[in-house]
Amino acid sequence: MTRLLDARNLRAAYRTPDGRLVRAVDDVTLHVEEGEVLGVAGESGSGKSTLGAVLSLNVRAPLEVESGELDVEGKRQDFGASARIPRTWRGSVVSLLPQGAMNSISPTMRVRELCFDVIRAHDRRARYGESMDRVRERITDLGLPPRVLDAYPHQLSGGMKQRVVTVISTLLNPRLLIADEPTSALDVSSQRALMDMLKEMLSAGIMGGVIFITHDLPVLRAVSDRIAVMYAGKVVEVADAADLAERPRHPYSAALLASVLVPEPRYRTLRVTGIPGSPPSLADPPSGCRFHPRCELVMAQCRTQTPPVVGTELRHSACFWAAEHPGEPVPVGSATRTSTPAPASEPAPDPAGSTR
Amino acid sequence: MTAPATPARPVREGGRELFVGRGLTKTFGRGRKAVEAVKGVDLSIAEGDITTIVGESGSGKSTLARMVLGLLPITSGTLSFDGRDVTRLGGAARKAYWRDVQAVFQDPFASFNQFFTVRRLLERSLRLLGGARDGRQRMEEALGHVGFAADDVLDRFPHELSGGQRQRVMIARALMMRPKVLVADEATSMLDASLRVNVLNVLTDLRDELGMTILFITHDIGQACYIADRVMVLEHGVMVEQGPAEDVIFRPQQEYTQRLLADVPKLHEAP
Repeated sequence: MTRLLDARNLRAAYRTPDGRLVRAVDDVTLHVEEGEVLGVAGESGSGKSTLGAVLSLNVRAPLEVESGELDVEGKRQDFGASARIPRTWRGSVVSLLPQGAMNSISPTMRVRELCFDVIRAHDRRARYGESMDRVRERITDLGLPPRVLDAYPHQLSGGMKQRVVTVISTLLNPRLLIADEPTSALDVSSQRALMDMLKEMLSAGIMGGVIFITHDLPVLRAVSDRIAVMYAGKVVEVADAADLAERPRHPYSAALLASVLVPEPRYRTLRVTGIPGSPPSLADPPSGCRFHPRCELVMAQCRTQTPPVVGTELRHSACFWAAEHPGEPVPVGSATRTSTPAPASEPAPDPAGSTR
Repeated sequence: MTAPATPARPVREGGRELFVGRGLTKTFGRGRKAVEAVKGVDLSIAEGDITTIVGESGSGKSTLARMVLGLLPITSGTLSFDGRDVTRLGGAARKAYWRDVQAVFQDPFASFNQFFTVRRLLERSLRLLGGARDGRQRMEEALGHVGFAADDVLDRFPHELSGGQRQRVMIARALMMRPKVLVADEATSMLDASLRVNVLNVLTDLRDELGMTILFITHDIGQACYIADRVMVLEHGVMVEQGPAEDVIFRPQQEYTQRLLADVPKLHEAP
């Protein structure tokens, strides 16, 4: 298998107006194999979208890459100030499907005009008729009704719009698609349809690989082969999707998993507590392990030292607890769940309602 | 997963019916372009229950919520609240209704004026009460219900709060009116999973401690399963199934409900 993308020790930061650097991606090492979906999970503010921007070569001020190496299909990418990324690269080699893209389609253009715009931006000599034939074929292949081409964005449902922008972002057969929160605004049925479509596109060879960024772990579990969990700018765990869901090796992954609500009978009686506290500010991250202020398994060294990365390239986590307990899943998930205290059989008198 | 399938939290005796809707219908547009977003929905919401409306996008669940809130005129059908007819309210009667029925909406970023502190935002809402004297006390009490200390948040601006915190401020804003009913329209959909459970826990606590009646609208059956006493399922504006949460979620009768359940991404492989 060839490596589509290989990122080593990437560091990227935002420059604030007063000249400080806020590092949103800190020492991230990742790779994507041909034919693979890599999921990137994390809460808001964990740096996952910034990582998406860096990997898709969309680094613009105030974001800057401080150090690190990025190979796309074996070709080293240069991020320096003088680096010139050919414009035609974007969309044809690496394509970014940004967050909220479905709401950024021009409301005054029909979808087919947008499709032509994308094709023409990369091929000046593209003809409208031929381009449309290509687009129509792609759309029918993926099971979407061809009428969407003649529609204006407001005539499409949210799920359809998201599928349409996904198709448009892959019209040029990019080697790698980076999809940032593509399912977050969709209901479950549209999520399912989008995930099925992405997998179909992968197996049809429309793109070589996908990086799927979301905070929604069940979606990642369903769509990805491997999952990388990010916290405060760092990748804290990488694992096979099923393995991560069943046997997390980092307390943060375990806590995230524990706060997922699924329609199963036991959730009727459980009280899920979520993760205490909130993610740290990247301008001033905690010392040692960045998760230590919210971690249940925190030990003395977690507060002062950076945790070691334990495991193999395909399955690793950065945690002192995991280093001391090789091979064991983290016992956090069960500990954060407690049963609801039985509510009084009589509903409490309503002081609010009775005042008036 | 070997968790015993225990029958829920102790079965709650639904209180008296607070809302009764009969044949609620909403038509947008007219003539050939008319779209019936909600078609003849009968509903009843019991006092002290969390009632959840589940459905896909475009199923009419938000339209139904807006009709209940008096934000959209009801095309036909009747709605009564606490024994009074509230199908067509206007002017002062509608304002009075809003003291009893409050809402929290989906987007915790759009519902704030970014130049206002939390204090100013909450003070503006107090105007609905016509300048209540106990404003400060109500504010502190409401913030306490959602787990804030008043001094910590009152002087903060929205950008200094996380999405979950903003949503809790919005719930506090609604609670200041000491409403009987809280309508939460996709109030947790834009939040991260770890923050989402905090907001859901606030809602269940309000029910258990204050006996609040809550109408919760979501597309996520996982969330409905976690908090609902009763579940209503809407498909293309038609109420296809409603009943106690256990029945609807674990023994769905309608194909549509079954499909909604099947589409929920699973975290663990089925045994």
